[in-house]
Amino acid sequence: MSDLALKDLYQGFRDPETIKALLKQIADKAPGLKEPLKIMEVCGGHTHSIMKYGIHQALPDNIEFIHGPGCPVCVMPKERIDQAIALAQQPDVILTTLGDMIRVPGSKSSLAQARAQGADVRPLYDPMDAVKLAQENPDKTVIYFAIGFETTTPMTAVLVQMADQLGLTNLLLHVNHVLVPPAVHAVMADGQAKVNAFIGPSHVSVITGAKVYQPIVDAYQTPVVVSGFEPVDVLEAVLMLVEQKLADKAELEIQYTRAVTIDGNTGAQAMVDKYLAVRPEFRWRGLGNIPNSALGLSPDYPHLNAEIKFKDILPSEELDDHKACMCGDILKGLAKPTDCKVFGRGCTPQTPMGSCMVSSEGACHAHFKYGEVIL
Amino acid sequence: MCLSIPSQVVELHPEDTTATVDTMGVTRRVSTHLISEPLNVGDYVLIHVGFAMNKIDEEAAKESLELYKEIVEKMEAEDV
Repeated sequence: MSDLALKDLYQGFRDPETIKALLKQIADKAPGLKEPLKIMEVCGGHTHSIMKYGIHQALPDNIEFIHGPGCPVCVMPKERIDQAIALAQQPDVILTTLGDMIRVPGSKSSLAQARAQGADVRPLYDPMDAVKLAQENPDKTVIYFAIGFETTTPMTAVLVQMADQLGLTNLLLHVNHVLVPPAVHAVMADGQAKVNAFIGPSHVSVITGAKVYQPIVDAYQTPVVVSGFEPVDVLEAVLMLVEQKLADKAELEIQYTRAVTIDGNTGAQAMVDKYLAVRPEFRWRGLGNIPNSALGLSPDYPHLNAEIKFKDILPSEELDDHKACMCGDILKGLAKPTDCKVFGRGCTPQTPMGSCMVSSEGACHAHFKYGEVIL
Repeated sequence: MCLSIPSQVVELHPEDTTATVDTMGVTRRVSTHLISEPLNVGDYVLIHVGFAMNKIDEEAAKESLELYKEIVEKMEAEDV
């Protein structure tokens, strides 16, 4: 048996002494930076961790975080939530999705409200439970509304494989998986974004491997450090970014070496390639249309595709957020949540008006909840 | 959304491609469909929405923890 205990994998990366030591190293080196370091973290888990532990407040003034488009629930456009609701309202349909999704409002209501009005909506912890539900309810159609970044795509692929191999005729999928690299390009492409370094996502990268960020390093000459979620991980990643800047380097590095490799989980990637397919275009809440930025079901499985089977009842009108919402600028680092006129007034976690407020991983929601936390 | 939980494999169930894992005292059954390399009892894995996503590299984890110990010791020495 290993001499590494399970608790070391938790506590070792939250250790207060290590946090203090890393903060001191960063503070010692930060005065040498030629320009302020503006780090975009692209993953909602990092946003949450940075705000929860108050890491942003503990860093020197010339190091700042910009919370990128890394919350898959937040970037789901209202019309797609409306589609999920329309599916849930069909007779004899059980609509399943991952937990976070059911509270997010579409144009009029959320899946949670649709459930309160009688629709059969079931949040799943495990996508495989959709197979069980389909087998237990042969007279109903079970639809899995698939969401998430690359982290969650292989699980959807396994579900398609199971439905296909078991010959299930009453399990359908509505696939809305979004991809990290195209979103980063969308934020950076117009040259306005005030970002000069990236912290790469933890568990997206477990699946994809760190290699998917090399084009970002090359295109924008910005360092990318793939980091774990714990506070020690984030601070070590910040230190690595500072050291790259001091050495005038822009390279791809992995801080989260215990979980991420350059190539990632190639078996999982093969599953995704077989059962899912890149959509030519996908509309992101807060960012608009981004080419090749999302996955749908592979065209080889039209009999499992809820978007095809129910195409006559799915609303498709594009619905933007309220004009006052500044989420697009916040995601590019051009504005802070507190710059927005409706932040904390008309727009709160209970009544979100824009995408950054809808889930605890969104920049505005995290600011609302933890804005004053000091490490 | 993308949070994953470090857990330890306590039992393998190849008949339905699952494993029982321990997450700090809580045990549950997770799918191992996404693990292509050999999986053994005692291995550490990351769990996300009911699936093991990968094996945690113990050597890499130990190296990181060792490095942090050195950084802390260095800081304490400087403070004296």
